[in-house]
Amino acid sequence: MALLKLQFPLQRRVRLAQGLWLLSWLAVLAGAFTFSLGVYLKTELLRRAEVMDNTEIHVVPNILMLVGLVTMGINLFAGRVCQDSLDSARFPPWKPFLLPWYGLAWMVCVWLLSAVVLSYALQGHLEESLKVGLRNGIRFYRDTDVPGRCFQKETIDRLQMELRCCGNTNYRDWFEVQWISNRYLDFTSKEVKDRVRSNVDGRYLMDGVPFSCCNPGSPRPCLQNHLTDNTAHYNYEHQSEELNLYNRGCRQALVDYYMGLMNTIGPGILSVISLQMSVLVSLRYLQTSLDGVDPENPEADSEGYILAKGVKETMMDVKNIMFKLLQFGQVEAGDEAEAGADGEKAATSS
Amino acid sequence: MALMVVKFDLKKRVKLAQFLWLMYWFSVMAGVLVFSMGLFFKIELRKRSEMMDNNESHFVPNLLIAVGLLACGINAMGGKICYDSLDPIKFSRWKPMLKPFLVSCVAFNCLLVLTALLCFLMRIPLQFTLAEGLKNALKFYKDTDTPGRCYMKRTLDQMQMEFRCCGNNNFRDWFEIQWVSNRYLDFSAKEVKDRIGSNVDGKYLMDAVPFSCCNPSSPRPCIQYQVTNNTAHYSYDHHTEDLNIWKRGCRDALISYYGGMMNTIGALVLLVASLEVIVMIGLQYVNTSQSNLADPESESEGWILEKTVKETFTDIMDKMKAMSKGNAVEEGGVDGVATVS
Repeated sequence: MALLKLQFPLQRRVRLAQGLWLLSWLAVLAGAFTFSLGVYLKTELLRRAEVMDNTEIHVVPNILMLVGLVTMGINLFAGRVCQDSLDSARFPPWKPFLLPWYGLAWMVCVWLLSAVVLSYALQGHLEESLKVGLRNGIRFYRDTDVPGRCFQKETIDRLQMELRCCGNTNYRDWFEVQWISNRYLDFTSKEVKDRVRSNVDGRYLMDGVPFSCCNPGSPRPCLQNHLTDNTAHYNYEHQSEELNLYNRGCRQALVDYYMGLMNTIGPGILSVISLQMSVLVSLRYLQTSLDGVDPENPEADSEGYILAKGVKETMMDVKNIMFKLLQFGQVEAGDEAEAGADGEKAATSS
Repeated sequence: MALMVVKFDLKKRVKLAQFLWLMYWFSVMAGVLVFSMGLFFKIELRKRSEMMDNNESHFVPNLLIAVGLLACGINAMGGKICYDSLDPIKFSRWKPMLKPFLVSCVAFNCLLVLTALLCFLMRIPLQFTLAEGLKNALKFYKDTDTPGRCYMKRTLDQMQMEFRCCGNNNFRDWFEIQWVSNRYLDFSAKEVKDRIGSNVDGKYLMDAVPFSCCNPSSPRPCIQYQVTNNTAHYSYDHHTEDLNIWKRGCRDALISYYGGMMNTIGALVLLVASLEVIVMIGLQYVNTSQSNLADPESESEGWILEKTVKETFTDIMDKMKAMSKGNAVEEGGVDGVATVS
């Protein structure tokens, strides 16, 4: 029993071909859209590449770019095919290419779906990568005189100001790192010597944060130093003070930003998938309905279907074909062995 | 002697009409562009209206918006005229309106040039508005508890960070005002009392700047307090230090930002004006070549002006004199009749 059989009189066939031509051009645009989404996502990831440790997450935009190009190609092909489809002389040369085309279109949909799934599945990896990258950024904040790390300070400062965040998990990450270079510390002063000596590793740690953590929305001028000391500032209590610095950590801010991007891109990709599937189904109907046309009576009705037999039967057929192909290989080897054995028997008997 | 006579056979007339129709559509899009630029400029002015003391003149962006809409209308009508010009019946309906339409096109082009000139000149009043507005904005930085001014601190901080500037003319403007609110000053502390006592108006002034003046590209952590005191910080000389805080004043930064925007818009309006002149000349050719047709397929001549520039000018002057004399004669006649009777 054929799967989803439909009747196709001539008028319907013509309309199907025209509709499919339009749909395939829309799908070409959708492919271009997917490609540009991939490029945009990749640019956004590259912008913050300095605070990321690895590039695992780049697999998502790479898939999107590749699949976008492939989608454009196959849909241009589909448009060409259905342009020729109503002319019985020009359609047959395209027929052998249609089965691989279905396979390719199916693969495109699978890849797009996997890109969407990966964008959510890799969130954990992104977070890990950002954790390590930000930790290094904060550690190397003071190394503005070390080649290769001299831009770390500017990167972290601009990141904190743009994304309105402070530190890795929160602002206390700055208390654990010496973020003032030794070049700017007066080692003859008592205060500096005490602080450095009181630390096990000889680091100058303090409960202060860089200026880029300051929140412009705070009603009072920014307090950067002696943050945990309520007596150091008038009318200040650090447990209840919320507006002075940014409360969010930069890791959370970046993850939220990228997840927001993926959530926006997700529905777009899903609609591209549905568009591609509709092109696939329509082309299948067009092909089967044109195949069913009687050559002597081109204007008669014909039937169109998705699969010639039911799903189970088609799967059995495919299995049998695969077995035959395998057996063909085996039988050839078996024949040679038999011929060899016969030859030996003949040699021993003679 | 007509000005710039060109011979037109049927084919040439058709091509002229088609080309002109296309050019009119480009002009409609150019009108939309001018409109959107006026809108963009208006929004940008509104965004920073607090820095301009809510006193800035919106005349230029409003003019741009009006001119953009007018351009769309005039060019759409011109396009319709060109579309109909090849059909003698339809064209004859348009004929009586063409001369006034062309005169209004000339006036519109003059308006466009005037708008472009105003765009270039707007820099000057903007400078004064910004100077006044920024001075007040700095004064109200600390008033985060006064309704109506409570967002001034945030606005000013974000502006200094975005435009990479500090203070009105430069960072020293912050030394002359009290930008720390009294709510956060401990009046029982000796240091605070000394500082306030030493100031004539009782203001708490210090040689410090807000954090938004800090330059992230500086190799050392930002020095905001005691900026002019070399001994307060290790290895610091405020005369040679130029990466620590932004050197530029916000007035200069905003002027160059808006100035650049206005120069671009002015240049674009001039381009649109030249496009308008071209389509206007084309329409005049279509008008004159279609008007002298013996039959629809014959050759005809087209020109820009029927007589030379001088003669056209003297004609216009004569007409205006005749009109004013006509009024005088009428009045004289009425008086004469009154006295006679």
